Order: sequence, then C-alpha cells, then structure tokens
Amino acid sequence: MNPEEIRQVVLEILARIAPDEDLSELNDDVPFREQMELDSMDFLDIVMELRKMYRVQIPEEDYENLVTMDRTVGYLTPMLKDVTSPA
Amino acid sequence: MQRPRNDDERIVITGIGLTAPNGNSLDEFRASLLAGRSGVVRHDIRYMGKVLAGICDFDELRHQKRKEVRRGTRAGSISIYCANEAIKNSGLDWETVQKDRVGVYIGVTEHGNVETENEIYEISQFEYDTSVWSHHHNPRTVANNPAGEVTLNLGITGPHLTMGAACAAGNAGFIQGVQMLRLGDVDLAIAGGVSESIHTFGIFASFQSQGALAQHEDPAKASRPFDVDRNGIVVAEGGGLCVLERLPSALARGAKIYGEIAGYAMNSDASDFVLPNAKRQAECMRLALSRAEMESSDVDIVSSHATATHQGDIEETRALREVFGDTSKVGINNTKSFIGHAMGAAGALELLGNLPSFDDGIVHATINLDRVDPECGLEQIVANEPRDVGDVGCILNNSFGMLGINSVVIVKKFSLE
Repeated sequence: MNPEEIRQVVLEILARIAPDEDLSELNDDVPFREQMELDSMDFLDIVMELRKMYRVQIPEEDYENLVTMDRTVGYLTPMLKDVTSPA
Repeated sequence: MQRPRNDDERIVITGIGLTAPNGNSLDEFRASLLAGRSGVVRHDIRYMGKVLAGICDFDELRHQKRKEVRRGTRAGSISIYCANEAIKNSGLDWETVQKDRVGVYIGVTEHGNVETENEIYEISQFEYDTSVWSHHHNPRTVANNPAGEVTLNLGITGPHLTMGAACAAGNAGFIQGVQMLRLGDVDLAIAGGVSESIHTFGIFASFQSQGALAQHEDPAKASRPFDVDRNGIVVAEGGGLCVLERLPSALARGAKIYGEIAGYAMNSDASDFVLPNAKRQAECMRLALSRAEMESSDVDIVSSHATATHQGDIEETRALREVFGDTSKVGINNTKSFIGHAMGAAGALELLGNLPSFDDGIVHATINLDRVDPECGLEQIVANEPRDVGDVGCILNNSFGMLGINSVVIVKKFSLE
C-alpha cells in the first residue's frame, strides 16, 4: 500500500472506533486526541485493528508514532509497503 | 425484616422502564399481554443455527452514543435503556437529583458469556493468537458491568451492584433496592433485572443438552407453561428496572405510585443444582406473606415463575397448591408463555407487566394453555384469555433459579392508610 492507501485504512479504523465523529475535516498534522474523543482504550483499538488486519505488531514504545495521521502513515508505510490495498 | 414502622420504611415504585420481546414500554408490554401477543421468533445463533428466542427491538441509540454501544455490552445497553426510561417515567427532575444518593441494583442470571464467546470466536479466526484478544474484555465482563454502565451513562455516583441470582435475579434486584432505601444508604434506587442471554450460544446448547430447550413449529406457541405438551424453555432477552423511593419523598413530589413493596423473601433449596424444590418455594412464599402481614387469601394475582420445563412446572404447582389451596379469589398467570424466559429480567418483567392490574382490574392470562397437564391442574390459572376481576389489591411475584435460589416479592396497591 502507498501512503494514501494507508491513510484511508487508518481513517476507516478511526470511523469504526469513533462512529459518532465527523472525520471529514481531520487535520493530518494535529494529534487525533485534540480533534476527537479518543481515550487510551480507543487508542489501543487502533493498534488492535492493525494487528488483526495486517499482523502488524506495534511495540508500546512506538505508540508515540501514532499520535497524528501524518506520523501514523509515516510509521506504517515501511511496514505495509508490500501489502496489497484492501480496495 | 419487621413490618415497616413508619412511612420512611414504606418503599414505593414510582417509575418503570422496560424492554420485552413484545414491548418497549409498560404500556406496549401491557397491551401485548392483554392481547395475547407473543414476542418469540426464530433466531440465528452461532454454531447452533436457528433456535427460538424472545428478542427485544428497543432503540439502543435513544440513550447512548454509537461509541458507547460499541464499547459496552448488550446487557449494559438494555440496562441503560431501562434506567433512562424509568427515570423519565418517574417524573423526576433528573438534573436536580443528588446523584451520590442514587443506587443502581441490577439482577442478572449470568454475565460475560456473550463477550467471552465472541472473543474466543474472534481469536479462532487468528489461529487462537491471544494477542488479538480484546482489551475491552475485562471491563465488559466484570460482574458489575450492567449496573456500572448505567452509572457511567447517567452520572450516578452512588453505589452500584449487579447481582447474580440466576433466574430469581429480577426480584433480587428489587429486594436489594428496598433494603438499601430502608438502611438509608440511598434516597433513590434504580432496581430490577436484565438479560442478554440470547446472544450466547452456550445457554441454548446447555438447555438443549439438558433436554430443556423448547421446540415448536410456531414460535409463538413454543413457550407453554403448565400445558401437557410443553417441552422446555424459550430463552428471551429483556430488562425491567424501576425507580424505588421512600413514600414521603414520592408524596412530596406528587409522584405517580405504581405500587408499594409490601413484603419479600429469599431462601435456598439446598437440594439440587437444577431441580427445584416445592417445599422451599412454598416456604419462601409463606415468609414473604408473613413479612407483609398478609394471608394467602389477600393475594389477587400470583405471577408464577413456571418456565415450561416438565419438572419445574410440577414443583411450582405443588408449592402454589400448598400455599393457596382452594383459594378461589386468586388468579395465577404466567408471562413466560408470551415472551419466553427472560432469565435475569424475568422476575422484573413479570412483576411490572402485572402492576397495571391495580388500575384496570384485569388479570392477564397464561397463553398456550391448550391442555392443562393434570399434574399442573391449578383451578386458579387464568388460561388463554385475560380475566376482569374488578379490583386487584395485591400481587405476589415468584422467581426461582438454578442452585436452588428462590425469591418472592409482594406488591400491594398503594393506599395512604
């Protein structure tokens, strides 16, 4: 997947985790938690979804790389570059 | 329990919220009970395929955000719906209620099986890799979950408990609420019982293995307490919670009073894991009557527990015969014949659906009673059609459960005297 495809995957995960949120105006360089109601358990859902979908194991010390959309996509790009886009 | 010495020890029901397979409010539920409408349908469940079940269709999003529904449990959603509806029905100005003086007491038959089965299924899709086991599992399955979700939803900071009491749980919730009000621990109790059991295949499979799962070509005719052709339990989901308060606070705010808790009792069979015990059931009824300072002849309606198992119905018949003898005045009915066995919610729904009798003087029926089992031949059963008795002053509600847990709640029509 390329970065844009990865962004779309993360967006879909966020939509499942926070179904009441309007994500159309999501700012990619602002922390998720400053733009939406997202607590630590929700955050763990992002990690879990990635694990289930792509068998990606994200160690706890790397969680800081999932703070914003930009950083999340940047972090995941090398891990998912050989994965075929779900679309 | 002594007879209440003063009005502060008189506990009244001032709000009702419920969801049943045939109604999402007391008015809807009552109308279905009087019209003979069942709520039993075919239900697809993992591993087992089609089974019969009573399913609720209340709107989860009326009182929860989608994220809260996703985060929580079905039992939590049922509880939240019922609690909010009970408060609305009570006429309380919730904004001004002191939230640390509210207690939430919810009875359940079991809790956590649904979520555990779901997680095991989920990891089975990942070769049983436990690293995909949800971090939500523990908060969903802790035993206090249903009542705890209510406190989160409503901002209640008083005590909350979810009580495991098998199928005696609905009554147990009411009793706990009464006790905490009498102790002065709380000023309002949201109390009753809930069940989400139709979402766990295990409960169906276990009843099937026990030879106690009902089958019938017509789902609406499957739950047949006291009928000679009964062949087991129809599992249902549901919830029934009410607002309980002390009489003076209800009078002070001009609340509608649905009834007064006149007496209650709980005891144990100490005889078998699953088989009920008529002697202990009768003792439980007599103890509740004694505490209410009533005779069996004072009771107008007995809301029976009978689940449509072969032995269970016979045992309760024996107990009822022992306590009520030939009392001709009493009408015995059964709510499970309409909706199936709502497990932790059963006792609550069965009591609440009868309360309108204080106003309309009608005893709802036991449906599907085409041929009474001679071993369950109680003259007082109100069979198939409701009975207009003119005046109802007292309802006795039976709820019994596995491991020999028995509960009886007696509610009387409210009178200032």
